[in-house]
Amino acid sequence: MTDASANVATAGALPARRSTRWLARTREARFAALLLVPSVIVVFGIVIYPVLRTLYTSFYAVNSPFPGNYPGVGFHNYTAALSNPGFWSAVERTAYFTFVSTALELLFGIGIALLLYAPLRMRWLFRTIVVLPWALPTIVNGALWRYMFDANYGVINAAFTQLHLIGSYKAWLSSPFGALNIVILADVWKNTSLVAFFLLAGLATIPRELYEAARIDGVTPFQAFMRITLPLLRPAIVVVLVLRTIEAFKVFDIIYVMTGGGPANGTQSVSFYTYQRAFSDEYFGYGSALAYLIVLFILVLAALYIRALRSDNYGIG
Amino acid sequence: MAESRRYRIFIHAAAIVVSLVFLLPFAWLLIASLASPVDLLRVPLKWVPSHLSFSRYESIFSSTGDTIFANFRAALINSLIVASATVAISLTIGVFGAYAFARLKFRLARASLLLFLSTYMIPPIALVIPMYLIMVKLHLLDSRLGLIIVYCSFATPFVLWIMGNYFQTIPRELEDAARVDGCTRIGALFRVILPLARPGLLSTALFAFLIAWDEFLYALIFTSTNAAKTIPVAIAEFTGRYTTDFGLQATGGILAALPPVLIAVVFQRYIVGGLSAGAVKG
Repeated sequence: MTDASANVATAGALPARRSTRWLARTREARFAALLLVPSVIVVFGIVIYPVLRTLYTSFYAVNSPFPGNYPGVGFHNYTAALSNPGFWSAVERTAYFTFVSTALELLFGIGIALLLYAPLRMRWLFRTIVVLPWALPTIVNGALWRYMFDANYGVINAAFTQLHLIGSYKAWLSSPFGALNIVILADVWKNTSLVAFFLLAGLATIPRELYEAARIDGVTPFQAFMRITLPLLRPAIVVVLVLRTIEAFKVFDIIYVMTGGGPANGTQSVSFYTYQRAFSDEYFGYGSALAYLIVLFILVLAALYIRALRSDNYGIG
Repeated sequence: MAESRRYRIFIHAAAIVVSLVFLLPFAWLLIASLASPVDLLRVPLKWVPSHLSFSRYESIFSSTGDTIFANFRAALINSLIVASATVAISLTIGVFGAYAFARLKFRLARASLLLFLSTYMIPPIALVIPMYLIMVKLHLLDSRLGLIIVYCSFATPFVLWIMGNYFQTIPRELEDAARVDGCTRIGALFRVILPLARPGLLSTALFAFLIAWDEFLYALIFTSTNAAKTIPVAIAEFTGRYTTDFGLQATGGILAALPPVLIAVVFQRYIVGGLSAGAVKG
């Protein structure tokens, strides 16, 4: 609008116009700043000091929660972490947890999103059921699955023996790798719902006429899914993958309540490892360095995902 | 149309399977909260308890003094207060910022929104130690106010993101018309945009409530008594201490799940609307 009028304006009128537009823009910017001040205070007012403080602490050999004179150690906390096999196995476990749980959540999430979108009878009821696990608090979810997989009284043992799938009660959570997979199962059970709803929101934006046209052209439903649904769902998939990956890489709560990091550190995630170093061993300097390494890993993961999914692997065109 | 009939059978069968997978653990949680300890510890397990009793629920609602039951009730009340206050404050504050991101042009708008969202990448474990020391200094340790302040700091970026995207889906013309009629920008925000943004506001409120209700690590480190301990902390403590009292664990679980589940079920039709803006724009 302003551009069009500027084009027809004479050369002499132009500078005045530009200056009022510039004024309007600064006024708008000032107004935006005013509106954002409360948010900035509430978020950064609270977060910025701890962020910097943790960075600072990560360069010192702090070994108690109390203020005092601690020797500076440069990057030693970081190099110590990076050369510690315990840290790397925690990273490996977290990477496995993150990859498997987000992959399964995406897979099941797409399926359930399609079901939520399908012409089901009593669709409202199905929607209500799918919402439930998402609303269940993580800690309750962890306690629930720990109970279900209990070696002596768990319902999984009871059901599997009564169905003759297993001969006798098994201690499911006592093998390190088995426990990790059961934590993944519990996490997927709860978080698939959120992924499904997010993808459903994406599905709802795809014009139905595309499917009509495809059907008239004799395209099979599977082809329609691969050529229409998936490409158009890609923005939603990217967002939900990044969100779930970040969340999964930070995993702590469910491990705290289900396994306490055990058995034999089999479910110890990086966040849990950091928690133990900082709060059980009181190596706060080392713990702070670990925390920054986690942030670094998350940044790299998020960047990788976004890049991989933005490149035209299965674009339309 | 034979194929469409087969398709119909398939989607309904799949929906039933998914529903069972989601419902069975809930069903068992409910049964365990009503069954007697003897039935729960029986091998082979008796799936249908010999008798059901609401005694655990009654104890939680009526018990007084320093009992597990009373502690549970206190934790529930704390969680309700903390989560509601977090929703109210972060929504009130975030709505203005979201409007700025959606409608106003200013330098580094995109970058500052990303800066807000990047706080989400920081694991709580990275902030909890210095925050603990601040809480000690400000005498906010073991207080609901302390938790509310911290929770608002990570609920607000979500409000900015979801509401910012939602505001963009509301046609600009409606706002322009109101301003031509003499409304100020703020007036138009309150009279035109916010009423239209109700679905977005409700879904954002739901998200913020779940975030606050679910939070665990800060509450674990910052709270120690009934003055502020939230329900996730109470449950984690309880399951750690009374490992085989599954009945009471289940009762606590049901009560802890009830508020978020009820809210999610009531507001579920807004979830998709609130998310769709984010799903498209990213």
